Amino acid sequence: MILDKLLLIALVFAALWTVMTRSLLKAALGLAVTSAMIAIVLFRLDSPLAGVFELSVCAGLITAVFISAISLMKPLTHKETIALSKARIKRYWFLPVIIAAVACIFSKSAIPTGIRVLPQAVELNVQEVLWNSRSLDLFGQIVIVLAGVFGTVILFRENNKK
Amino acid sequence: MPSLLILLPLLGIIVLNLPLGNIMRRAAFSFAFCLFLIQIALAVFHYPGLWTNQLNAVDTFFKVTFSVDHLSFIVLLSIGIVSLTSLVVGRYTIKDDNDRFNFINLLIIASIGMCGIVMVRDIFSLYVFLEVTAVSAFILIAFEKQRPALEGAFKYIVMSAIATVMMLSAIALILLTTGDTSFDSIRQALFASNNNFIVKLAVGLFVCGLFIKGGLVPFHGWLPDAYSEAPSAVSVLLAGIITKVSGIYTLIRLVTAVFGFTVGIKSALLLIGIVSMLFGAFAALTQNNFKRMLAYSSISQVGYIIAGLGTGIALGVVGAIFHFFNHAIFKSLLFVNSAAVEKQTGTTDMNKMGGLSQNMPITGATSLVGFLSTSGIPPLAGFWSKLMIIIALWMSGHYAYAAIAVLTSVLTLAYLLTMQRKVFFGKLVDAFKNIKETEAGFAAVAIILALLTIGVGVFFPVVFNIYLKAFVR
Repeated sequence: MILDKLLLIALVFAALWTVMTRSLLKAALGLAVTSAMIAIVLFRLDSPLAGVFELSVCAGLITAVFISAISLMKPLTHKETIALSKARIKRYWFLPVIIAAVACIFSKSAIPTGIRVLPQAVELNVQEVLWNSRSLDLFGQIVIVLAGVFGTVILFRENNKK
Repeated sequence: MPSLLILLPLLGIIVLNLPLGNIMRRAAFSFAFCLFLIQIALAVFHYPGLWTNQLNAVDTFFKVTFSVDHLSFIVLLSIGIVSLTSLVVGRYTIKDDNDRFNFINLLIIASIGMCGIVMVRDIFSLYVFLEVTAVSAFILIAFEKQRPALEGAFKYIVMSAIATVMMLSAIALILLTTGDTSFDSIRQALFASNNNFIVKLAVGLFVCGLFIKGGLVPFHGWLPDAYSEAPSAVSVLLAGIITKVSGIYTLIRLVTAVFGFTVGIKSALLLIGIVSMLFGAFAALTQNNFKRMLAYSSISQVGYIIAGLGTGIALGVVGAIFHFFNHAIFKSLLFVNSAAVEKQTGTTDMNKMGGLSQNMPITGATSLVGFLSTSGIPPLAGFWSKLMIIIALWMSGHYAYAAIAVLTSVLTLAYLLTMQRKVFFGKLVDAFKNIKETEAGFAAVAIILALLTIGVGVFFPVVFNIYLKAFVR
């Protein structure tokens, strides 16, 4: 129980750091740490496959893509970075306050009634869920990936004529 | 059969993007045109045998199940008409061949997402198709990579992300309490749940998420920027159908078929509907930008739909569904007109225009039809749907709301009349003395939409008997 609380606190700090840090690279790393924390929480909640997906895709693949993209960008000067950092702190000062308030409310309230463990979720394997019971969602995911491909082509392609 | 509305376009996109040179690029417009035309025909002549035949071989192979009913037909018809309109507008307003090809691909993907939303009966699958539509909409808004458009797209992404968090949290809570995500199971579990806190929280979160998607006040911050800064063809699509299907249709479907008309839901819908109606109208009055004024007008008209739904009585729901269809048509028409004006004059600032009807008679005349229908002037289509909503508000005992709806209609007339006067009436501005009417194809779309608005209004009894009577039963 103490470990779970520590993990959740670390998760919140990592997420806050991701938003508040002044370096884009550090933000990408902060996101990776946040995903890693979520992955550990998922492992502890007996959802190893969800944890593996979170770790490999969000903490691994997406971070690699982000860092590759950042390495291609022109970095800000030291002055610009500090100015942006100050603006960000001014703009988002309330975030830690909201998180602390929400954490206090939820830690004091009892677990609501009416929540039950889903037996079928435990019994079904991933293959069954992905290819049979949720095949329509998988189909939707494929269409989203397709839209993403067009988005990349349209938004990041340099126009030769220009 | 319904699954073909999803599978055929997807297959088409794959084929169109095969490396076969320019043949596929040239075929893209024709393919999309035929696709939307077939969808319109199938929805208009909704022959039961055709729709209920599930084409077992296709469905079994892809393991997909969709279903359609009377509400689905009306929304599928709206999707077909607006997508076709956007396609034609894109043909005349997007100059670069590559850009136009990419636009057509994304338009088809958005259409897949919207058709999916209409035909699924599972709340998680609904979320997946909402995301398909949203992702394609983000890219379409930012299509021209201009700074204001990118800003509009960014606002839409941020607000959509908040809506996504709300809806996913709601789905998680629903799954925890009901054990399933299909509409039928959720409805049965909600009735058995005796309104416990978790259920109320889940329904509240989901409905708020849909309010954001629909651009209703006070969740409307992203909408005017997204509508006004997007390319013209995308504005038609966004205002005409994307936000309507993502936010409003989903709300109608979930409230009527899953959540039910509880006192809390009805009160929230009425309040949000009336506030959106009034706020949108007052904000539209103060605008000088043609597209921005139409964007605020959309917020106001969507307010009517939500208020009609919020009455919880059959007439109100029918009025809401009918106004959904009418709004898709006349708002698309007004955005087509704004696209024509922007294309010919190079501006959307209404203060710089005047007397354009002299050189653009078709655009001016069709704009008149669009604005009269939006204002609810008889015998146009908008009159009947507004009348139904106002009577439903009165019949359900919300006399003050009914009076506000009538007052808002007068405000609508005021801001649209101002637009018509500034842009089309009066003396022709010297700077635009040499402008001409748009291309024949572009003008034809405006004429067809205007005729549709007149036809649906004049033949309202026929339309009611064929498409709307089923809801009253």
